[in-house]
Amino acid sequence: MEPMVKHEGLVACMNRVNVDTDQIIPKQFLKRIERDGFGEFLFFDWRYLPDGSPNPEFELNRPEAQGATILLVDDNFGCGSSREHAVWALRDYGFRVILAPSFADIFYNNCFKNGLLPIRIPRDLYKQLSEAHARGEWRRMTVDLEQQTVATEHGVNLSFEIDPHKRHMLLHGLDDIGITLQYEAEIAAYETSRRPYQLVYA
Amino acid sequence: MGKTLFEKVWDAHVVKELPDGQTLLYIDLHLVHEVTSPQAFAGLRFAGRKVRGPELTFATMDHNVPTVNPKDVRDAIARKQIETLEQNCREFGVQLAGLDSPFQGIVHVIGPELGLTMPGKTIVCGDSHTSTHGAFGALAFGIGTSEVEHVLATQCLWQSRPKTMRIQLNGSLQPGVTAKDVILGLIAKYGVNFGTGHVVEYAGSLIPELSMEQRMTICNMSIEFGARAGMMAPDETTIAYVQGRRYAPKGADWEACVAAWRDLKSDPDAVFDVDVVLDVNDLEPQVTWGTNPGQGVGISGAVPDPKDAKSEEEALAIRQALEYMDLKPGTKISEIPIQHVFIGSCTNARIEDLRLAASIVKGRRVADGVRAVVVPGSKQVKQQAEAEGLHEIFLEAGFEWREPGCSACLGMNPDIIPAGERCASTSNRNFEGRQGKGARTHLVSPAMAAAAALAGHFVDVRELTSEGVTA
Repeated sequence: MEPMVKHEGLVACMNRVNVDTDQIIPKQFLKRIERDGFGEFLFFDWRYLPDGSPNPEFELNRPEAQGATILLVDDNFGCGSSREHAVWALRDYGFRVILAPSFADIFYNNCFKNGLLPIRIPRDLYKQLSEAHARGEWRRMTVDLEQQTVATEHGVNLSFEIDPHKRHMLLHGLDDIGITLQYEAEIAAYETSRRPYQLVYA
Repeated sequence: MGKTLFEKVWDAHVVKELPDGQTLLYIDLHLVHEVTSPQAFAGLRFAGRKVRGPELTFATMDHNVPTVNPKDVRDAIARKQIETLEQNCREFGVQLAGLDSPFQGIVHVIGPELGLTMPGKTIVCGDSHTSTHGAFGALAFGIGTSEVEHVLATQCLWQSRPKTMRIQLNGSLQPGVTAKDVILGLIAKYGVNFGTGHVVEYAGSLIPELSMEQRMTICNMSIEFGARAGMMAPDETTIAYVQGRRYAPKGADWEACVAAWRDLKSDPDAVFDVDVVLDVNDLEPQVTWGTNPGQGVGISGAVPDPKDAKSEEEALAIRQALEYMDLKPGTKISEIPIQHVFIGSCTNARIEDLRLAASIVKGRRVADGVRAVVVPGSKQVKQQAEAEGLHEIFLEAGFEWREPGCSACLGMNPDIIPAGERCASTSNRNFEGRQGKGARTHLVSPAMAAAAALAGHFVDVRELTSEGVTA
């Protein structure tokens, strides 16, 4: 997995609450058996008009959002289905960081497995940043995972909280499975002391 | 201080705790389906890893499966996904209830009915509605594909300890009001993210009155208000449900399990991070009008006016939902016409759901202009329903009677609601485009779906009399 230490990039803003994973990647694109190539289907139903042309109204299709690598979005982003395809699509499109007042739990976890950094920010700050963004006062920001700080080009600085384990994994691009297998002895020991209802009876 | 049910199950599964708070949890049951597993198996193959606990891993296919002729998968990409699961199960030694199996069905329907789901277990699946299994007092939650790969390889999962919430459901349901109305009413009252970061325990005087299938309906939709998992303490109803099922323990093993389950409940002095109390005595049958499961109201209600919203954000959300749903503020719910009825999904496609719907449509006819479909949750549910003659009741009323699968809940198979048309659906999500691009979903109970099929619009199922339905 690609590590994430520091990232500077263009910010796209979506002023929407409860964006569910069905919107991020609609079900007709879940049938593929690969992890890559989902970016072109990101936000498909919002992004394209029925004739297949880009919907000029959609936030990511606006000229100022072209090349965005950071997404600023409202509450409860990634709710609904557990589909990791949503994260694959965001990453494949080019996003490395998402800032929102809150994320749905499964989506939040999935981000860290794919080098995508989700940052929770206070809702007041979200409103302040998105309104200033809409007024064109700023477009770019720098995110520093090591320092746990965010700095916008118009001078707003903030620090964010993140689970130290998740931070460590992302900073070093670590594979969870490799780490877990270091605890093989503990897992094997646990398995010898399982309770009767933990087993599957044939 | 005492422990909550969740804490007891969590503590019993800790393999390793790191100083930074991460816990390696042992997973007792891993359910697998065709959509969220191919990349996980490919990851194993790439790294030369095996499935650590094939005996604890159980696969089926449900999301893509056609419900007219399940073996006639005309969508080449869907067929490839189904074949990939078959091949992966063979290669990695995982048990599969495939298209030929008498046990195939929606993963969250077959787990319980096969006795794989039991109290006290940790259960995961690459599907958010894994919360269903919490009805047994299991800790059950949905995971992403990377975590599916992790569980396949290690039979464990790294987790940070969630917060706890107790939701006390007190009172009794009026006739015609169901578990589905309880969970829809709860989400309508508290919103779609009030459970985020929490494992919920449902308690209160209502729970002992509910059958296991009703309990599963409530736990199933825990994810729809953001909860990590929903749980209910096992009781005699739970134990009676599990006993004798295909994979349930027998003899001395069974006795040992039952003895251990007696302690699986929150201690009287256990403390929850959040406590919620909901009285269900006056609860009405619920119907959603919007594009998330919290945008719903009782059948006597009306479509809300954004002007009455409590905040600017809520007003915006209502306006966006009404535009997509093509509804006007103030429209009475009972005046909304429907063109489709879908009785199915992991929320409401079990035998009791079908019995309830059949009891309402018996001897009546689906309204003109309505296409109504019943998709049983599993082969076993279908077989049981047919043994009871329910299929004949549905067919005589003008319903279609299909083969099991996820079907129109998410429309990954050919069962799609056309753009601009409305569906009274017993499923769990009314998101934009969920049942088909431009499709308009109204979430209801099986009773309300059946009643809407007869009337062609929503009606209060409590007012249906033997004289028939007023259209």
